Amino acid sequence: MADQKPHSRPLSPHLQIYRWPVTMATSITHRATGMALSAGTLLLAWWLIAAASGPEAFATFQNLAANPLGELVLLGFVWSLAFHLLNGIRHLAWDLGYGFDVPTANKTGILVITLSVLIAIAAFVFAYKHGGLHL
Amino acid sequence: MSLETPLHKVQGMGAAHSGTQHFWRQRVTAVALIPLSIWFAVSVLQLVGAQEVDVLTFFQHPLNAGLMGIFVVTLLIHMVLGLQMVIDDYVHTDGAKIALLLLNRAFAWVVGAACLLALLKIAI
Repeated sequence: MADQKPHSRPLSPHLQIYRWPVTMATSITHRATGMALSAGTLLLAWWLIAAASGPEAFATFQNLAANPLGELVLLGFVWSLAFHLLNGIRHLAWDLGYGFDVPTANKTGILVITLSVLIAIAAFVFAYKHGGLHL
Repeated sequence: MSLETPLHKVQGMGAAHSGTQHFWRQRVTAVALIPLSIWFAVSVLQLVGAQEVDVLTFFQHPLNAGLMGIFVVTLLIHMVLGLQMVIDDYVHTDGAKIALLLLNRAFAWVVGAACLLALLKIAI
């Protein structure tokens, strides 16, 4: 027994050194973006209340949304929505029995991550060009 | 020998103590939210940097006000179900779990009431 080499048996994965499979990453990100979007409903409520309350309240919202920190929060919100929507469609496909094999799930996982980032960037480029956002 | 059916033995044994209704509602709202959130994203993008009057004009149109109301209610139901699943998964003491589940519901009601009242005020 004493001669046995260390690490000759399988070790349980340790989160900090474990290489995350893409399916694991998209799974926990789906939950995290869901929770972020839940907090984001406050922004939606704030926007609607501000619009209903008059020019002053609306200007306060616009100013906060257009400052760098506000824009960062909005970027996070847009990306979370894009990711949760795309990955949600992936989950619905799985529920119907499509794309559940590992190679396909890995590919669609990478597709969802890539598309969500591209959509978030595209939305912000559009907002800068056509809206009142400034860098 | 027990006369209980295998199904009855396991009913209500999950973390949420209930059956498939939660799963099914989550899917129904998810499917509804695909077109609704695309509509929402496109609408909001068009209103970025807009004046307050543009936002008011947008929501004074019955179609936009109606879709926004449906979007808010659907997403809040989806949110309650999703957050409940997170609480069921990670919170294992009854007191904290019940408190968080109630808070989850209360949060959705408050946000929902605020959004719908704001929409109503804009529409009238």
